[in-house]
Amino acid sequence: MDGYINIKVRVWRQAGPKAQGHFETYELKNIFQGASFLEMIDILNEQLIAEHKAPIAFDHDCREGICGMCSMYVNGHPHGPDSAITTCQLHMRKFHDGETITVEPWRSRAFPVIKDLMVDRLAYDKIMQAGGFVSVNTGGVPDANAIPIPKPKADEAMDAASCIGCGACAAACKNGSAMLFVAAKVSQLALLPQGKIEAKQRAKNMLAKMDELGFGNCTNTGACAAECPKQVSLAHIARLNREFLAAKFSD
Amino acid sequence: MWLKDSSVGRKFVMAISGTALVLFLLFHGCMNLALVFSEEAYNTICRLLGANWYAVLGSMLIALLVLVHFCYGIYLTILNRRARGNDRYAVSGKKEGVTWESENMLVLGLVVFFFLVLHLYNFWFKMQFAELTGIHTGAFDPQDGAAYVNALFTTPVCGQIYCVLYLIWFCVLWLHLNHGVGSAMTSMGLNNETWQPRVKVISTVVATLVILPFTIVVLYYFGMGIGALL
Ligand code: HEM
Ligand code: SF4
Ligand code: FES
Repeated sequence: MDGYINIKVRVWRQAGPKAQGHFETYELKNIFQGASFLEMIDILNEQLIAEHKAPIAFDHDCREGICGMCSMYVNGHPHGPDSAITTCQLHMRKFHDGETITVEPWRSRAFPVIKDLMVDRLAYDKIMQAGGFVSVNTGGVPDANAIPIPKPKADEAMDAASCIGCGACAAACKNGSAMLFVAAKVSQLALLPQGKIEAKQRAKNMLAKMDELGFGNCTNTGACAAECPKQVSLAHIARLNREFLAAKFSD
Repeated sequence: MWLKDSSVGRKFVMAISGTALVLFLLFHGCMNLALVFSEEAYNTICRLLGANWYAVLGSMLIALLVLVHFCYGIYLTILNRRARGNDRYAVSGKKEGVTWESENMLVLGLVVFFFLVLHLYNFWFKMQFAELTGIHTGAFDPQDGAAYVNALFTTPVCGQIYCVLYLIWFCVLWLHLNHGVGSAMTSMGLNNETWQPRVKVISTVVATLVILPFTIVVLYYFGMGIGALL
């Protein structure tokens, strides 16, 4: 049964991109365990405003696990200790009375902190702009069955497409690598006939952009897939490597 | 050059050089296994390779591979630390399925390298190097490999310490390869959803196969040394 708990929240506070950050600990009383994690932060912010203190800046939008905005490193895990969910889908029932919860922003060179828990994740958008689309003229809307696609391929492409670009993969990676994200975005198209035409260019351009933006080299530790809220599989990374190497060797 | 400037290219070089070293070690291990059956047979192999042009060429190729793998390993790790940035997480939870060795590949590699230098001093310097230069660096004939192995591993106390040191070396190498072989396959694109668990098994099996013959030989001489002491 969900009850009410008293907790301490240890939050990273940083006034701006260049400012020196530090942890602040706040006490919260009678938090309903049925509340979501972000609702708890909302309550904390109300409390801070009532005390004439600056509220905690954090990113959020959909609050239902689809936009990928709610980047928070909670108790040493991106999107919190539960698996396969985003921070906004995390509930206070995952925490117990008297617990101190540590909340940090993503820490990776390519995701600089803007303020408090808010980080600049534009790098992922730039990678998408480098090739994460299909630009061929596809004409009118074709009949759904006009292009036969084997079910396993369609499923795998769909699984790759479930990536919401949240950045947890790079945040969790000891090498600060964005490989899982890039692999998902390359795979969702590489697996389908519509994506084949530009496959080589896409793999090369997106990877080059990732390297240029300062993400690291993947060493296949698997921390990304372990922490991905959408459970995007590590197998996509092998496909990205394959696509990229094939593109380079055919040059 | 994409093999240096792109992350997947760098990983590819790492994977190719690592895999080539694995193949070499499998070959090296099989030759050493001859020691357990007959020291004569082993010395025949030593003479066959010795300082012949193909053995020297092979040695140079392997040295080059180690150098490339070593330099790339350090370069890769520097780039990765830079990408990670200086801000560390105050709390870092255990990531499910992430092995310790996969997070410490450089350290494991450096330990392997340190023992490699010791090993080259123990054997290569006294065998191929002595034969090439004609300088007498060891106590025995450069082609009498078995005598060197015997002396290193069975001389009381010192020999037993060497046995333990070499066994530690093999364990560290096993850890490096337990992650390395699977990682290399993924880096080369040889992995997918179905094969993921199999690649993990292959990695462990190959790592074990690589160190197995060496371990058998060292344990054999350890036993001989202890037997002589009793
Ligand atoms: C000379 C000292 C060595 C150093 C400094 C070193 C360092 C490294 C580093 C930093 C990595 C990258 C980590 C990763 O990809 O997960 C790596 C990978 C690897 N190493 Fe080594 N290593 C050394 C020796 C060896 C030896 C002797 C072998 C083979 C017998 C070997 C086989 C491999 C393999 C197969 C990989 C995986 C490549 C990949 O991930 O694509 N290494 N090594
Ligand atoms: S791969 Fe997973 S962790 Fe990475 S951005 Fe996509 S959803 Fe987030
Ligand atoms: S707020 Fe949209 S995924 Fe969490």
